[in-house]
Amino acid sequence: MYYNEMFNGDDVREAYASLSDWVDKMPADFRQMKQAEAEALFRRIGITFAVYGEGGDPDRLIPFDMMPRVFTQAEWRRLERGIKQRAKALNAFLADVYSRGEIVRAGRIPARLVYQNAAYEKAAVGFRPPRGVYSHIIGVDLVRTGRDDFFVLEDNCRTPSGVSYMLENREIMMRMFPELFRGNRIEPVDGYPELLRRTLESVAPKKCQGRPRVVILTPGHYNSAYYEHSFLANLMGVELVEGADLFVEGEFAYIRTTEGPKRVDVIYRRVDDAFIDPLTFRRDSMLGVPGLMDVYRSGGVSICSSPGAGVADDKAIYTFVPEMVRFYLGEEPILKNVDTWTLWEDDDYRYVMDNLEELVVKEVHGSGGYGMLVGPRSSKAEIAEFRKLIEANPHNYIAQPTLSLSTCPTFVEDGIAPRHVDLRPYCLCGERIELVPGGLTRVALKEGSLVVNSSQGGGVKDTWVLSE
Amino acid sequence: MRLRITHHTVYDYERPVSFGVQSLRVTPSVFEGQKVIDWQVDMGDTSEAGAGYRDGAGDWVQLWTIHGPISKVPVRIEGEVVTTDLAGVLRGHREVIHPMVYLQTTKMTEPDEALRDLAAGPEQGLGDLDLAHALSHLVHEKVAYRTGVTNGLSTAAEVLAAGGGVCQDHAHVLMAVARARGLPARYVSGYLHADAEGNIHEAAHAWAEIHVGGLGWVGFDAANATCPNDLYVRTGSGLDSRDAAPIRGVTAMGGAEKLEVTVAVSRVEA
Repeated sequence: MYYNEMFNGDDVREAYASLSDWVDKMPADFRQMKQAEAEALFRRIGITFAVYGEGGDPDRLIPFDMMPRVFTQAEWRRLERGIKQRAKALNAFLADVYSRGEIVRAGRIPARLVYQNAAYEKAAVGFRPPRGVYSHIIGVDLVRTGRDDFFVLEDNCRTPSGVSYMLENREIMMRMFPELFRGNRIEPVDGYPELLRRTLESVAPKKCQGRPRVVILTPGHYNSAYYEHSFLANLMGVELVEGADLFVEGEFAYIRTTEGPKRVDVIYRRVDDAFIDPLTFRRDSMLGVPGLMDVYRSGGVSICSSPGAGVADDKAIYTFVPEMVRFYLGEEPILKNVDTWTLWEDDDYRYVMDNLEELVVKEVHGSGGYGMLVGPRSSKAEIAEFRKLIEANPHNYIAQPTLSLSTCPTFVEDGIAPRHVDLRPYCLCGERIELVPGGLTRVALKEGSLVVNSSQGGGVKDTWVLSE
Repeated sequence: MRLRITHHTVYDYERPVSFGVQSLRVTPSVFEGQKVIDWQVDMGDTSEAGAGYRDGAGDWVQLWTIHGPISKVPVRIEGEVVTTDLAGVLRGHREVIHPMVYLQTTKMTEPDEALRDLAAGPEQGLGDLDLAHALSHLVHEKVAYRTGVTNGLSTAAEVLAAGGGVCQDHAHVLMAVARARGLPARYVSGYLHADAEGNIHEAAHAWAEIHVGGLGWVGFDAANATCPNDLYVRTGSGLDSRDAAPIRGVTAMGGAEKLEVTVAVSRVEA
């Protein structure tokens, strides 16, 4: 059975006590009117990008469901502790594998998985970024299977997107249903941009004088997340730049302005490693800044996330995150990992191939719900086809049990019905490790579907954390 | 041996350059086989030395910015180094990058079937050092020293098929076969002093280093069927010639560029 976050049998759980009435008393025509209003608001704002680089139609609106997803303060406290712990361990891992690699020397993680990983960046070795932080914004994807059972599906240490949805979902709910926010004590999320700016400022390089100048580096308006880049720049009050707006000279990086060049101290880049600097990475990159890596490595500018941070969020490294928590922090992990079979190990391979119809199989470097098999939801033919893919390249796959994702009530044609959800909170790492209460809830709108990705029929919801 | 190196390059642009950035890795490595007496890099009055740092491979990297308009940009590298023959062993070199990183192949060193066959030549079960020597000999036999057969972008597979090439090509082929046998390998750029016999070819030289269990990194110059000795000066390394390029740069405007290069490595009598 799936854990229903609102109902325990016929009883309404504590978190949803006040919402229950709201739903029950809502007339159907009012609901339809409000749903249309929400859609119009989203369109007007222009927030139509695909979440997490999933591809698909960039102008398609991601469906917004008006029924909030709710956590009690106690539930959130535990999640928050678990996420912070994980973020601390991931950054400790990055600091370690780009210097002495103690965790590898200690035999706790195989050297091959780190040093031969496509995301391991040679050009980042031997440099310690300010405060030892490599990944400044970590999106931790969580699912719930029971009252106290939360699992981490994956970590996103490079440039996780979607936080603009978290902010806009709340904004729209508050505009449409102000009475809900008067009657409930809901933790605000609108402090996120300020928190992000403070986090970025806190990792300015030593050579920075005065208040750090922060910019967001975007690949440009063709990028599917461009809306989010400009949205965050706007809310933080910092400049949104493309590679051509920046240049390096001497020991520093500068932004061209109408009043002449101004020194830039912190670059929140939403550009992939390969495109940051054509002198160090891909020479054909038009998105980056020539010489930026040299300035970064000599302490003239900070790049967030640090180049090479992706080695911590690879699906093969994922299996070792609980081990990182033990190794670096000497603690037991608060959040659980999903059991994962790695197809390049013989025993795991045999087990997975014998049980494909019960498992979820994913590509090691895949994302967005593509290139994956959900055994229990697939036909014999689909499974047979996927089997061939695995046989051709076992190193490319991992498998996990099919999780019984919790459900949250969601508006459907004739009222509300349970639909499966996940959660992505955004953890900020700088001088301190901080989170705003909540995150982005994605919901699989198709009945029975376990895939919450927007490219596969997923939508989004406002996520509430109740104050005490 | 005390060696004096003068390496002058002039970038001659079709149209004046308004602004440029160059990242230089042209400073002799610090290890027991080399002691720098004096080293100067100069890019003329309109260029400015900026950020400098030692990277994870132990190479000194220095950023330069060029302020135009200028149509001829000089890069003058000069200095003296005292070398010691360590039979190719890179002893006392400080670096952080794990050797396993150098098992990664690149477009220029990707092995094809012919390279894999060549790699399979030396018997199984050899120690790392014997295997590295055997591979270096094989590459020396299969790839003749010949100019004009290859260009700066030739891949290891193309070089082996052509059966000839220059020092860069020998290094790439050796790296490809070494990696195919599970030995980490990298490209090294530097200088070579031509001795009295005069059989050694290029003053601006390149060779390969192979990571050998127990010894660490050891240089192999397959072009000359030898290991680097006190005639060699090492400056930088990478996954292939592009990754190890001593000078990488971009310029604004400029158009097509011509290079004039003069390199001399001479012996200084103590």
